[in-house]
Amino acid sequence: MASTVGTTEATPLAPVVPKTTRREERKGTYPYWFYLPATIIYTIFFLVPTFASFYFSFTRWDLFTSTWIGLKNYQTFFAEQALITGLGNTLIYAVITSGLKVVLGMALALLLTSKIIARGYLRSVVFFPVLVSTIGVGLTFTVLMNPEKGLINNALAVVGIDGPGWLTNPSLALFSIALVDVWKGVGLATVIYIAGLVSIPQEYYEAAEVDGASRWNIFRNIMLPLARPATATVITLSLIGGLRSFDLIWAMTKGGPGFASDVIASVIYKQYQAGFYGLSTAGSVVLFLVVTIIVVPLTWWLNRGEESQ
Amino acid sequence: MRFSKTGRRGVALTALVAATALFAAGCSAGSLGSSSGEGSAGATTITLLTGAQDTDVASAKAVIDAFQAANPNITIKHDTRPGGSEGDNLVKTRLSTGEMAEVFIYNNGSLLQAIKPEQNLTPLDDQPWASQIDPLFAESSKGSDGKIYGGPYGTAFGGGVLYNIPVYKKLNLQVPKTWDEFMKNNETIKKAGIDPVEQTYGETWTSQLFVLGDYHNVEAQVPDFAQKYTAGQAKYATTPAALAGWQHIQDVKDAGYFNKDFASAKLNDGVKAVSTGTAAHYPQLGATAANIENVAPGKSNDVGFFALPGPDAATNGMTVWPGTSAMYIPKTVEGDKLEAAKKLIAFAATQQGCDAIVKGAPPQGPFLSKACTLPGDVSQVAKDTKNYFDSGKASPALEFKSPIKGPSLEQICIQVGTGQVDAKKGAELYDQDVKKQAQQLGLPGWE
Repeated sequence: MASTVGTTEATPLAPVVPKTTRREERKGTYPYWFYLPATIIYTIFFLVPTFASFYFSFTRWDLFTSTWIGLKNYQTFFAEQALITGLGNTLIYAVITSGLKVVLGMALALLLTSKIIARGYLRSVVFFPVLVSTIGVGLTFTVLMNPEKGLINNALAVVGIDGPGWLTNPSLALFSIALVDVWKGVGLATVIYIAGLVSIPQEYYEAAEVDGASRWNIFRNIMLPLARPATATVITLSLIGGLRSFDLIWAMTKGGPGFASDVIASVIYKQYQAGFYGLSTAGSVVLFLVVTIIVVPLTWWLNRGEESQ
Repeated sequence: MRFSKTGRRGVALTALVAATALFAAGCSAGSLGSSSGEGSAGATTITLLTGAQDTDVASAKAVIDAFQAANPNITIKHDTRPGGSEGDNLVKTRLSTGEMAEVFIYNNGSLLQAIKPEQNLTPLDDQPWASQIDPLFAESSKGSDGKIYGGPYGTAFGGGVLYNIPVYKKLNLQVPKTWDEFMKNNETIKKAGIDPVEQTYGETWTSQLFVLGDYHNVEAQVPDFAQKYTAGQAKYATTPAALAGWQHIQDVKDAGYFNKDFASAKLNDGVKAVSTGTAAHYPQLGATAANIENVAPGKSNDVGFFALPGPDAATNGMTVWPGTSAMYIPKTVEGDKLEAAKKLIAFAATQQGCDAIVKGAPPQGPFLSKACTLPGDVSQVAKDTKNYFDSGKASPALEFKSPIKGPSLEQICIQVGTGQVDAKKGAELYDQDVKKQAQQLGLPGWE
């Protein structure tokens, strides 16, 4: 890192040619050795369990003994109604939360980078839910969403609307949880977008005003394209988070009523609870593959413009 | 950033101190947390892990107080765990990592088989009380090696229908002995503006009673169901007598007899509703009546109990849970702690221990330990339960006659109760669930 603190030294630097060659040779061996501790930790805590889980997903396992049964766990996983519902629910949940976070995040970021009163305070308020414990949020909203005694339906009743069973109606449960997830996570998307919008140089806006562009044109042709790195980050992070989401769903409905709001992560957990360790591991492998298959091409597609910039 | 030579040394020193402090903190936290017990001279401390319901906690505290009074050099700490599948998870995990309490209370029957007692628990058949326990309880507390692993705790009870006696008196109804009579009663009750059947899906395990509590009636029609079911030959979906339990859930739901908040109500809400007369029927375990005093004081004798009605009045009887819980000791407990643990279990089997247990939870059936006798004043539910025992119209639930119980029964029952699947599909889903459990246990005939 070059320091540009200001050159006050008057003495010229000594000739460095012979020294650099020796330094370069030494640089060749040392840096690879510095990778070693990180590699060891990565191997022990990530690579070994990942490959071990690939192995155990082909067995019937009770934590002490394992019997090889081939693809039976995967067959059970894809044949059972409850497990397939979980897979579908995961994709729906991920797409909804990701989409809403992108759209609402951008909208809030536009609002919070314009000149409004109490801008700093509003930014804190929007970001605050991100910091709160997920389980706490889940339990609080479960109480608020209680169909008979909860605050939400009581407030709706004052206006004359008969509130539905947010978490007790099988068709609504997953969407209710998705909305709570968006409430909690949109602050992070907003902050990333604010950073992206603020980094757009003023010259573009000045040039656009000179050309007489409308607010919508400025948004569509300047802000959106130049905030693309931010958009890519938000989509990737929220999609991965949505695919893996577990704590909020578990805190609010435990995958209920029945299996209506189960996602892969809660299915895996339930199989583990039941003691079907091999099946649970197979579920984890399926989740790993689903996330990889979706996110790797997506990241490549979102960032393909990066190199050319 | 460029530091001067002394500045760099300062940074390095700070980093070294910080790193050492981190290591030290890590090490000391570990040794403080270890439970390899060496108490102070003479005093042994052990932990008792129980369920977290009000009645579980009250009973445990009463037993601990009575035991510590009789054994001043043993201290017992009390710890709780949730019920249902979360509790199963916690018990299995702690047993496999060796962190379980010295004595823990958990189900017997098929749930005991799922925690592999031969591998994980200390056998107790050499204990003095081992020959003085209810035979049904003894059978269901054994491992596959025939040794007894569970100590008796509290009473046996039945699973059936709690009903509100004043409502029955007001509407001039008789206790139903067949399903048709039950549904006719429900119709009359609904017309009077009272919820006929209470359900509390906010606590998922309560959804299973229609299926599990019907087993006496199933066995009355198919006497060898348990053996065939364990061998993989009889299924819920294809045995009409067994399918009836599932059909009952659907029938009650379709007729609109559930309470309005059935999807979110909790156990205590249900007990309160049937005690105060807001609901007329609540399919439940008799033991839950122990909590009536807490949620609806003074109404304990307003609630009665009858067995789930089946197709035939003559064969109708009560499905028994010969104690859903027993006291277990993990295999890893040794020395003084093992002696203390065995003493605690033996104490719970004496009259003193039994009296302590019912201080926290009034008895709803006969004691499991033959050394104990019931007090004179018991609740109406206990009296009704005792009648079924005395007249011989009682037999154990399926989970005490077969090692297999599918872990998702609660959720599938809720699926039927909320209309997501119909009764036949629910039974099929449960059969699939049972298959997974049987395969995991390595039983023959299921591949």
